[in-house]
Amino acid sequence: MDSFQQTLFKLKSYWSDRGCIIQEPYDMEVGAGTMCPETFLRVLGPKPYRVAYVQPSRRPADGRYGENPNRLYKHQQLQVILKPSPADIIDQYLGSLEAIGIDLRKHDIKFEEDNWESPTLGAWGIGWQVMLDGMEITQFTYFQQCGGVDLDLVPAEITYGLERLVSFLQGKESVYDIEWTPGVSYADVRLADEVQFSVYNFELADVGALWQLFDLHEKECQRLLDLYKKYEDKQRFPLLPAYDQVLKCSNAFNLLDARGAISVTERVGVIARVRKLAVGVAHAWMDQSNPVAASEVTA
Amino acid sequence: MSLPFLLEIGCEEIPDWMIQPALKNLEELFTAALTQNNLGGTVTAMEATPRRLVLRAEGLNASQPNEIKATLGPPKSAGPGAANGFAKKMGVTLADLEVITSPKGEYYNFSKAVEGRKTLDILAEVLPGIIGKIYFPKTMYWTGKGGARFIRPIRWLVALLAEEVVPFEFAEVKSGAITSGHRRLGAASIPVTIADHQEQLRANGVILSAAERRALIESGLDSTVKKDEALLNTLVYLTECPSTIRGNFDPQYLELPQEILSTVMRHHQRYFSVEDGAGKLAASFVAVMNISSDPDGLVRLGNERVLRARFNDARFFWKVDQQKELVDRVADLKNVTFQAKLGSYFEKTVRVIALVKDIAAATGANANAATRAAELLKADLTTDMVKELTELQGIVGGLYARAQGEPEEVCQAIYDHYKPLGMDDSIPATLTGQVVALADKLDTLKGCFGVGMAPTGSKDPFALRRAAQGVVKIIVEAKLPLPLSTLSLSNELTEFLLDRAKFYFKEVRGFKYDEINAVLASSHDDLVDVDSRLTSLAQVRPTENFEPLAASFKRIQNILRQANVESGAASLIDPALLEPGPESELHSEFLRLRDIVEAQRKAHDYRAALEAIASLRPKVDLFFDKILVNDPDEKVRQNRLALLNSLLTEFSAIADFSEIVTQH
Repeated sequence: MDSFQQTLFKLKSYWSDRGCIIQEPYDMEVGAGTMCPETFLRVLGPKPYRVAYVQPSRRPADGRYGENPNRLYKHQQLQVILKPSPADIIDQYLGSLEAIGIDLRKHDIKFEEDNWESPTLGAWGIGWQVMLDGMEITQFTYFQQCGGVDLDLVPAEITYGLERLVSFLQGKESVYDIEWTPGVSYADVRLADEVQFSVYNFELADVGALWQLFDLHEKECQRLLDLYKKYEDKQRFPLLPAYDQVLKCSNAFNLLDARGAISVTERVGVIARVRKLAVGVAHAWMDQSNPVAASEVTA
Repeated sequence: MSLPFLLEIGCEEIPDWMIQPALKNLEELFTAALTQNNLGGTVTAMEATPRRLVLRAEGLNASQPNEIKATLGPPKSAGPGAANGFAKKMGVTLADLEVITSPKGEYYNFSKAVEGRKTLDILAEVLPGIIGKIYFPKTMYWTGKGGARFIRPIRWLVALLAEEVVPFEFAEVKSGAITSGHRRLGAASIPVTIADHQEQLRANGVILSAAERRALIESGLDSTVKKDEALLNTLVYLTECPSTIRGNFDPQYLELPQEILSTVMRHHQRYFSVEDGAGKLAASFVAVMNISSDPDGLVRLGNERVLRARFNDARFFWKVDQQKELVDRVADLKNVTFQAKLGSYFEKTVRVIALVKDIAAATGANANAATRAAELLKADLTTDMVKELTELQGIVGGLYARAQGEPEEVCQAIYDHYKPLGMDDSIPATLTGQVVALADKLDTLKGCFGVGMAPTGSKDPFALRRAAQGVVKIIVEAKLPLPLSTLSLSNELTEFLLDRAKFYFKEVRGFKYDEINAVLASSHDDLVDVDSRLTSLAQVRPTENFEPLAASFKRIQNILRQANVESGAASLIDPALLEPGPESELHSEFLRLRDIVEAQRKAHDYRAALEAIASLRPKVDLFFDKILVNDPDEKVRQNRLALLNSLLTEFSAIADFSEIVTQH
């Protein structure tokens, strides 16, 4: 039986063999691997790209104080982007399952319709949830739009839910029983994280401070976007830092949401504020990397 | 020569619910192309799995029929110069022209035999267009911006006309004679012919026939398995090689309500529920795999484990939700938007309570129970269980109310208040439930119509048609004394409800549309009364006298219209002016029946009343046979019109006979 980290090594090496850059996680709070610049910005424009990375993804509202065997505030995603998507992408994906020891002749795999949409990122795609013996192990998406921009090359995004996949491989009822590495369980590594962040996210986070943070990051992002329009030497303009501000806003939004501080009526409006920033950065990014193509986009 | 044709569109997994409509659409598009291009042939089979849409046709001609194309030249009288010029233009000599005689005189004419184009070439031209036109609710592109769109990426195309490949390209895929098998049980690349296509697929793990896949699944569903046609259909189109496995779960989960267990199994895991002899849920399930067997039991173990986790979640939600009773959740509904312009679910609750009081008073329902149910009606929207299992809204509210000791009448009303969910679904079981369900639906309808959100075309995001359908069904089937005019509806909404009523009486109840029109034309305020009049009308309609009398009533209506007599206008008959014989007899029969019919109508004995009216037929026939309405004496004529008008007016209160479509 492979440990959590051995399975990870195998998956990384599998995708490395298929031309992917193996990146490290982005060093900021994100709700999903899709939000990292390695996905969100790299899928824009006509340049092919292949990358894979593990992204710890924070979903404050999903926290369960470490008490639920399958729900986590923070779970590890393996994010794979192949841009453009090769014709045999699904076979490659199935090959990755074989590579970590799943004998596909003895298991049931189904591709069930599940289209992905992120209103905060102005992004959506078409795809499936991949079911292995009745368990969702992967979200598979062909991106169509990101930051409100129609994509030139359609990437395939493969997002493995690592805890689920490994608890399946190790036959564990609870993710906390996963063997991370011999002698060390998932609980040893992460349980404190789950408990403390659940307490913070649900009970102690200061709503007023979070709103202030949201406003500050929004303002900073918007200031940069306004500045970009007038800035002479566009190539050196800090759009990546501007995008970091979008991620900060998104995380503040998720925390406020978990804290129950956003009513359903407000929700739509706050999402629209984050989307406006994300779309602004995406368009500027297109302009910066390819001025001609971007003028078509905005026209 | 008569040729067979095969098309297979090989694709990544198509959503199950889109497959059958897509197949039908493909068949229509292809049949139209055959007709349009004069290729002969018919579609003989349409089959599909998640990864392929397959069309078979037979009897195609090898080419279009040859045609004679005639071009008319100059008149013969124009002389040889013009004729030579025409021949030259046609690329022939004078000798190839003929002279034809038309009404305008003699003309030169050139007839050219045009050879029909080859079917192979035409198909190669039209197939890309056909594939691109297949309708899917949501499409994608994958070959790059501006590229072809389809439901999922197309990975191979088989197009064979007899032995020959029909050459074309769609979305950068070239057509050929190579198919692909089951992802895990078959080869990725399999040469096929029209004759062996299906068997080659079978040898590679794909059962092409949906009927056969269905039978395979059904063979694993014994009598203990709860029937579920929709789930069965989903699984037929989610698999290429289905087989069933039976798994078990810990009976301790049976403490949870069955509704919750079976929803988790059905909606989240696509499992069939299993029942014990007494119709109660048993601690097992049937799952359908997309492989032929599970020799080591690994798939069963995996599915059991997933289900255990799901049930654990449900149990957790149940426990947590009980910590805050429904009544304490009502205020939280202020934070749940019903609709931007119509406010929160809290505001909706306040409106529904008011409406429930009115409807309870009118129907004699228990006002206290109905009001309490209305108060708690939407509180379950704030529970974790409903957030997780949204399809159980209402049902969860009812279950929680029961667990929290609310009166059974209240619980059942909350439980049922989304009913009927469709045409075939039953209405709420209790009067309290019916009242609450009506109030909820009427509030939604009034609210949405009030802010200009009536459904248009296929757009009906708030499912207002279903809500209106539910209103009609509840009023009629529960026989509630609720005339539409007492519900303070706008004209637009009344029309909308009547339109749904027509739909209901026709599609659900099976009445004929002219019967429905006839009854509604008389009056439509009380839908329960509409129902009993319709039922009587349908019973009397096949009797001997009915349709001929209906035809006569139409004739009367035409006569009156031509004479500009307003229908229903007061018409005094002067018996002194009546001609003895048929006219006078019709009059006395009319007088005799009028009182009988009126009495029967008031007693709601519509069948007897209609039979009495129909018995008038011989007298009416005789009248039209012997009497001229347009008598030269104006006074006599007016008197006859008055007699006819009285007949029509007095006897149209149950149904307007002139709306009945007759063959006479």
